[in-house]
Amino acid sequence: MTGLLTVVLFLPIAGAILLVFLPKDIPGPIKGGGLLVSLLTFLASLAIVGRFHDGIGGFQLVESHAWIPQWGINYTVGVYGISLWLVLLTTLLTPVVILASWNSIHKHPKEYVISMLVMESAMIGAFLAMDLVLFYVFFELMLLPMYLIIGVWGGKNRIYAAIKFFLFTIAGSLLMLLGIIYLGFQQVHLTAGGVPTFEITQLYGLSLPPHIQTILFFAFALAFAIKVPLFPLHTWLPDAHVEAPTGGSIILAGVMLKMGTYGFLRFVLPFFPDASIHYAPLLICLSVIGIIYGALVAWVQPDMKKLVAYSSVSHLGFCVMGIFAINQASIEGSILQMVNHGLSTGALFLLVGVVYERRHTRMLADYGGIARTMPVYTVFFVIAMLSSVGLPGLNGFVGEFLILAGSFQTHPGYATVAAIGVILAAIYLLWLIQAVFFGPITKDENRSIPDIAWNEIAAVVPLIIMIVWIGIHPNTFLRRMEPSVQQLLATVRGEQPEKVMTASLAAAATRSPVAQTLLSVRSGARMRGRQGLSVGVQGPKGAQTEVSVLRVTR
Amino acid sequence: MTWADTLLLLPELIAATGASILLIVPVLGGRARGHMAKWAMLALMAVTALAVIGSTYAVAGVQQTPTFRAMFAVDAFSVFFKLLFVVVIALVTLLSEDFLSEERYSTWEYYSLLAFALCGMMFMASGVSLITIYIGLELLALSSYILAGYYKNHEESTEAAMKYFILGTVSSAILLYGISLIYGVCGSMRLSTIAAALSTMLSNDALMFGIMLLAAGLCFKIAAVPFHVWTPDVYVGAPTPISAFLSTGSKAAAFAVFARVFYVAFPAFHLDWSNVLAAIAALSMIVGNLAAITQTNVKRMLAYSSISHAGYSLLGIIAMNEMGLRGILIYTMVYVFANLGIWATILMLRRHAYAGESVEDFRGLHKRAPFAAFSMVVFLLSLGGIPPTAGFIGKYFLFAAAVQAGFGWLAIVAVVMSAVSMFYYLRLVVAMYLEEGSGAETIYSPSLRFVTALSLTVTLVVGFIPELPIRQVIESSSHLVGRVVQR
Repeated sequence: MTGLLTVVLFLPIAGAILLVFLPKDIPGPIKGGGLLVSLLTFLASLAIVGRFHDGIGGFQLVESHAWIPQWGINYTVGVYGISLWLVLLTTLLTPVVILASWNSIHKHPKEYVISMLVMESAMIGAFLAMDLVLFYVFFELMLLPMYLIIGVWGGKNRIYAAIKFFLFTIAGSLLMLLGIIYLGFQQVHLTAGGVPTFEITQLYGLSLPPHIQTILFFAFALAFAIKVPLFPLHTWLPDAHVEAPTGGSIILAGVMLKMGTYGFLRFVLPFFPDASIHYAPLLICLSVIGIIYGALVAWVQPDMKKLVAYSSVSHLGFCVMGIFAINQASIEGSILQMVNHGLSTGALFLLVGVVYERRHTRMLADYGGIARTMPVYTVFFVIAMLSSVGLPGLNGFVGEFLILAGSFQTHPGYATVAAIGVILAAIYLLWLIQAVFFGPITKDENRSIPDIAWNEIAAVVPLIIMIVWIGIHPNTFLRRMEPSVQQLLATVRGEQPEKVMTASLAAAATRSPVAQTLLSVRSGARMRGRQGLSVGVQGPKGAQTEVSVLRVTR
Repeated sequence: MTWADTLLLLPELIAATGASILLIVPVLGGRARGHMAKWAMLALMAVTALAVIGSTYAVAGVQQTPTFRAMFAVDAFSVFFKLLFVVVIALVTLLSEDFLSEERYSTWEYYSLLAFALCGMMFMASGVSLITIYIGLELLALSSYILAGYYKNHEESTEAAMKYFILGTVSSAILLYGISLIYGVCGSMRLSTIAAALSTMLSNDALMFGIMLLAAGLCFKIAAVPFHVWTPDVYVGAPTPISAFLSTGSKAAAFAVFARVFYVAFPAFHLDWSNVLAAIAALSMIVGNLAAITQTNVKRMLAYSSISHAGYSLLGIIAMNEMGLRGILIYTMVYVFANLGIWATILMLRRHAYAGESVEDFRGLHKRAPFAAFSMVVFLLSLGGIPPTAGFIGKYFLFAAAVQAGFGWLAIVAVVMSAVSMFYYLRLVVAMYLEEGSGAETIYSPSLRFVTALSLTVTLVVGFIPELPIRQVIESSSHLVGRVVQR
């Protein structure tokens, strides 16, 4: 079946359009319809996994159609090892969210479901897009539904939180737009008719001068760092989470934050390898600060949701650290951790939402000892919590272990500090469990809380299954991302295009000092484009020697 | 000059004749049938549109047909703008219906003035000589002064008209002075002759002064900082449909002139004038957007937003490349439709002058008028340049043009200010969707509904399938770009 990706991408939006025509006052069929559409999308996305070839690092199931041919903007989508599981996470979480909100959304249920479905399409689109402008379109398309979800269905301070979320994100992404435009026009002179290209596979081969890389690196990195969010750009996140409805929080933490980390992997590293390597310590430092800071702030939160929100800052810090440690283990761990965080934090937000529904408070102090009244609920919560802590046998352990092991090879100091974050996570999450579930029941309201309901169980069980699956057999997931990660690393290190050149120069280096010089400016030489490069080198006798090397293209 | 030459002038002749007829109808006893005026005006617009389209067949296969001693030309560029103007005037006619019947003002003269304004705008689009352009501009300006004061029983409207008139006349004088200096240096009014003369000339003070004065005059028309002070007062004071006209049609015409004059006549001194214009553009974006944040009156907010949009559009002129010129065309179109849609919603909320002007009036609009509220969100997003609306396509081209031309810093100012602009556009979305409470009542007449629907269609179609409009824009502007490259 060709067009599989397009089907997965547009199925939710098509469903949303159909829902528009349903009357407002039948919440049951509307939610059912939304659930059906999202389940169909999930099944279709399973077909992607079925058709995905394990051993290939490049893009698969690629579809391409002209969209704005005059400016070289195409509708090109494809999936590879890094995006595969994130797409699946998205399609899994959407039905979960609709199920979880079944009884909690009373105001405008139709608009809520439509927003969720539009959101799903936008997120899938951003993961699949192979054209930078297309990516940008989906990236921005996510904003409005999320803005409405927070603003319409949120808590008391929702309008402030919604606007803060919107402005933070858009400020970063608009600068990225400039970077995208600049990148697209890099190769204009190489194509017939001066049409720019935004196809990321073509831009991966592009090697830019270092100073340009630096500027573009920051333009892109800022947009993604806000989205992650990286310390100190995280201030919008607690507000957004606290005010958002449960479903909004799950999608926000589960998938939207991953746009940032994914953006680093997909765009920042391969487009600007020199700048990424050069500024990696800065980003690692910020993410380690985020890990510790997020954990410490989470520790003192009296509000369960805020606690989970700050734990996100901490966990996402691990992901960014893994990415910028730039080695196979850490990046694989980082991708896995993105999925893990989506599952475990998604489950935690969902479960916090469950008690909030019943008691209308999220304060730790208002609970205590509810393990006795809600035993089933407690089991789920503890599993999700342990996954978040990183207990061996559950998913969080695999991700964090890989990240820390990988980072330790390149940045042992930072990795050591980050490991403290794991301990802190255990402290604040166990503290949460202790305060909410165990001990004597101090409040009378807690004696009669009904246990978790069918729709909530249906929502949380898939997440728990995935948590255990990844924990026990991570290779199902790691195997499929490995080739893509290898290819990414090759692009970042500039190995593939230059392997031949380096080898021949190394042979010549023993004889000629010119070649030795050339070898040492290897990274600088990357800047000159594909067809060839010429580097002026000061020869041994002061004479200007022109050396031209034909660059081998992939 | 032959008959064929006159035929090229047909759209303008029709508009002028139609305007004159509309003016004398009440004298001949039509005053009583005021409601007929709208239909007469729409018919006139239809005929004019047909004539504009017909004139393209007359010049098919030719890049440009100059006529009347090369003072007037029909080309794809002018046809693009003329069609846009006709559509704008037709939509403004629809917007005016309720206002006129509510306030019991005479309708025939009102539409007659609009038709005269259209005639002036069409001359501006087709003018290839500074004198034609100036006369067209004056015709437009004089009609606008009267229309701005049409609310003659209201102090604010009269004040707006006076301010607009005095400042407008001064700016016209400045423009004329600039033209005379350029004529003095180049010995010609024709844009192509000026370009030829400049290409062999070194920079000189008189010329630069002339270009700057000309630019200042035009910046007044497009409401760029520091020539913007009239805008908020006039937009608030003038009858709302006229504010809609001033912020769309009138600005589009000024941009047509701005683009043609600078792309055809002054590419030789691009380096000299581009930095001055860049400063003006940056100031417009910054001042316009920052000032808009603090406004509580929607009309005033739109006025400041329109100042900032003048700044964005200027990027296209400063860049002086293919992308830039196309960007101006497409951005003008996109901006015009998004703005008309917003004005239609404001008009919907207005009742006897003052409702529909404060942000509170929009509260809970999505319950009372879901379609209007939804379209309003799309228009606001389009103005903010958020995909997948048309505004993104427009901004994309302007930003790309600036980046390509090496004005990266200006592009950065532009994107930062776009983000700022979302702040006040979102305030309306917040009021419509998130705030409870009852705002102003709504009267959603079929005409307003039509304007909203048409604007919405254009905004979404250009956003989703931009290929077609872009192809049109390339066809409409390629012959002007050719000149730049020749240099």
